[in-house]
Amino acid sequence: MVTKLKEVDAVMVGMGWTGAVMARELTKAGLNVVGLERGDDRLPKEEFTLTQLRDELRYVQRIELMQNNSLDTITFRNEADHLALPIRRFGAFLPGEGVGGSGIHWGGLHWRFLPTDFRIRSALAEKYGAKAIPDDMTITDWPVTYAELEPHYDRFDKLCGASGQAGNLRGNIVAGGNPFEGPRSDHYPNKPVKTGLGPAIFRDAAKSLGYHPFPLPVATSSAPYVNPEGITLGACEYCGHCNRTACEANAKASPNVNVMPALRAEAKFELRTRSFVSRLLYDKAAKKVTGVAYTDMRTGEEFEQPAGIVVLSSFVFGNTQQLLLAGIGEPYDPKTGKGVVGKNYAYQFEAGGTAFFDGKWMNPFIGAPGMSIAIDDFNGENFDHTGLGFFGGGYIACSNGGAPPIGGRRVPHGTPRWGSEWKRATVKWYPHATNFNTQGSVYANAKNFMDLDPTYRDALGRPLIRLTYNGTDNDHKMSRYLLAKLDGIIKAMNPTHYELHARPKNFTIVPYQSTHNTGGTMMGADPKSSVVNRYLQAWDAHNLFVLGASVFPQQHGYNPTGTVGALAYWSAQAITTQYVKNPGPLVHA
Amino acid sequence: MVDDTRRNFLLGAGLAGASMASGLAAETAVAQPAQAAPAAPPQPAASAEPETYLVLNATEAAFMSAMADTIIPADELSPSGTDCGVVTYIDRQLAGAYGAGDRMYRSGPFRRGKPEQGYQLALTPREYFVSGIAAANAWSRKTFGKDFDRLAPAERVTALKQIEEGKAKFENFAATTFFNRVLAIVMEGFFSDPMYGGNRNKVAWQMLGFPGLPALYREKVDAYYDKRYVAPPRSIADFS
Repeated sequence: MVTKLKEVDAVMVGMGWTGAVMARELTKAGLNVVGLERGDDRLPKEEFTLTQLRDELRYVQRIELMQNNSLDTITFRNEADHLALPIRRFGAFLPGEGVGGSGIHWGGLHWRFLPTDFRIRSALAEKYGAKAIPDDMTITDWPVTYAELEPHYDRFDKLCGASGQAGNLRGNIVAGGNPFEGPRSDHYPNKPVKTGLGPAIFRDAAKSLGYHPFPLPVATSSAPYVNPEGITLGACEYCGHCNRTACEANAKASPNVNVMPALRAEAKFELRTRSFVSRLLYDKAAKKVTGVAYTDMRTGEEFEQPAGIVVLSSFVFGNTQQLLLAGIGEPYDPKTGKGVVGKNYAYQFEAGGTAFFDGKWMNPFIGAPGMSIAIDDFNGENFDHTGLGFFGGGYIACSNGGAPPIGGRRVPHGTPRWGSEWKRATVKWYPHATNFNTQGSVYANAKNFMDLDPTYRDALGRPLIRLTYNGTDNDHKMSRYLLAKLDGIIKAMNPTHYELHARPKNFTIVPYQSTHNTGGTMMGADPKSSVVNRYLQAWDAHNLFVLGASVFPQQHGYNPTGTVGALAYWSAQAITTQYVKNPGPLVHA
Repeated sequence: MVDDTRRNFLLGAGLAGASMASGLAAETAVAQPAQAAPAAPPQPAASAEPETYLVLNATEAAFMSAMADTIIPADELSPSGTDCGVVTYIDRQLAGAYGAGDRMYRSGPFRRGKPEQGYQLALTPREYFVSGIAAANAWSRKTFGKDFDRLAPAERVTALKQIEEGKAKFENFAATTFFNRVLAIVMEGFFSDPMYGGNRNKVAWQMLGFPGLPALYREKVDAYYDKRYVAPPRSIADFS
């Protein structure tokens, strides 16, 4: 029996970054909001505490904060003519679960996309001719510009207490920052975090080669800071345990620390955890969703929650799966190229390296993901692609993210993997290693997509989402190009040993690579080519808004969360200032 | 070789985003097989202290002990893997939620996948190791006339290299995959917080120079810039 609940103004499906930001904005506008979260509540004062966060086995190896694959997973194959099989335990990417979602365990690298990224197809066509873009490269312009998003990027910077050095302040290039970035209306709220030794050597080498190094921006406060929600953030402790773990210092931004306290104090907000939304209730004729159905995972009881506005605020896979299950929007067919739901799945094409400096004390256990130096000279359209045979790029960075002992040890290439010789090399090189990464873009391709799996089901009996993805020639060429540039910088750093880690030909579901999955519910200019409009409103259900990286038309050469946060504020503004006054399509097709 | 490419890639993958190498980190630690076997002194197959195990039977415990002591031989840097508590760690892990397949998707059909699709067996981690140990010992008996733990230390090194390099063919069981999982769980036991049963007396952290807790370094970043930071390691129990 399904219990039908009283209608609320808005319901959030998922309480990570986007659900928390949207719920906060809607309650401020006077709406009654219910937040449904299938995982546990996660309270910083109970869970983001020492000593437990220093447990590498629990958090980094056993991935405590991630989605529980026993209830739900995805299936995967490299090519459409392969048999997709379930990911039995996440590896290559790690979506989070519980209040805070992936916003708890992320590294906090905090970027904006380039102004040209938002009009990438036009920019490429203008520069290289429309014919230069391969037919199967299904990249599109975003239906929103950098200038339109900028105030929302700025809001998200301040919510997070982000730390960094502005490179372009209202059109003026600022020394020490990223000269390629779009104009910022304001500085980062906090100064950059400290620079580690490896990144400092990288900075000097990059400069000597004529590049433009700068401290990598990060959503971690380098000093105590009060954000616009009135919440006091702490200062980064450089503990080296950021990744896959929460922050006990309240320095690394998370929905739990930076937004939820304000929401929890709000009478208009109700949080329901262990509430797993099974489907959207879609009235196709009315082009509306009437609410959501969910299962209370503690009791098995089923509920219907009617709502005036439904916000899909789960991860890329969940958002896409909900639309396919509800029949909202035309599913993408890779054979014909028609349809939009599931289209333009993209990812982050990262590759890196390690260098060893005999005699230089890196103290690698002292670290924070932001203790890094980056260059942006080879990102997006920051460089000329004429004759290169690929489009796209990415930032290149040297990082001091920490080196916990199970997963953070490095030894030079050629060292045995066990025995006394391995042990001696481990002890010799552990204090002297530094790591590099290239944050390559993934320009969408017609063959990479998501649909529903015909065989495997989740704990609620629903078909799993099926991912078909492989690296393209374009992206492999791009990645090799970035690695060649990295190679030049590392050589100039003069290490004792170094090695580069090129990507294998096929994308593989283990080991960890990046949780920058994007696409599936892409935003765009019209319903034929996109799922949601520029305000993230579904073309086929005007009271349904889809948030998160699932709306990206392609993935650029940066971490996505900064843009995810900015888009959430942008969409919230459209809802609170336009939609609630006059519910209906905000863009007329 | 394909594996080398993958391993190389694994090593640095994703470090700027969310960067720890996964549970397969140990697998990826280097890209080339060992060149020369270190002359490890002979080690007893079991700890001097009698152990009580939750789920490992005598054969399994002896196998894991021999593995732990071959991967982590006693030398000037540390006691043997067994003496560091690695087998106790493995036993407790396999007896607990991890060993029972907690948080794994375990619905069928179970089909042989491509390597890119990751683990596709119906076995829980505990069942996997039980099956793997039986397969490894069967191969060891066929090849050397004895179970793995009965081999002399030098023979164990030879056997382990054959398994690692893909020269050993286990019956109906992927040998190199098994090796990589054994290597990973031994390294976990050696390097994890001592409360899990391995890394006794924080011996691996001491060896590595990893200070452990509390890891509050804001005031130390500049003070120890290009200077060695040394502190006696402290674990969770030291603060409890």
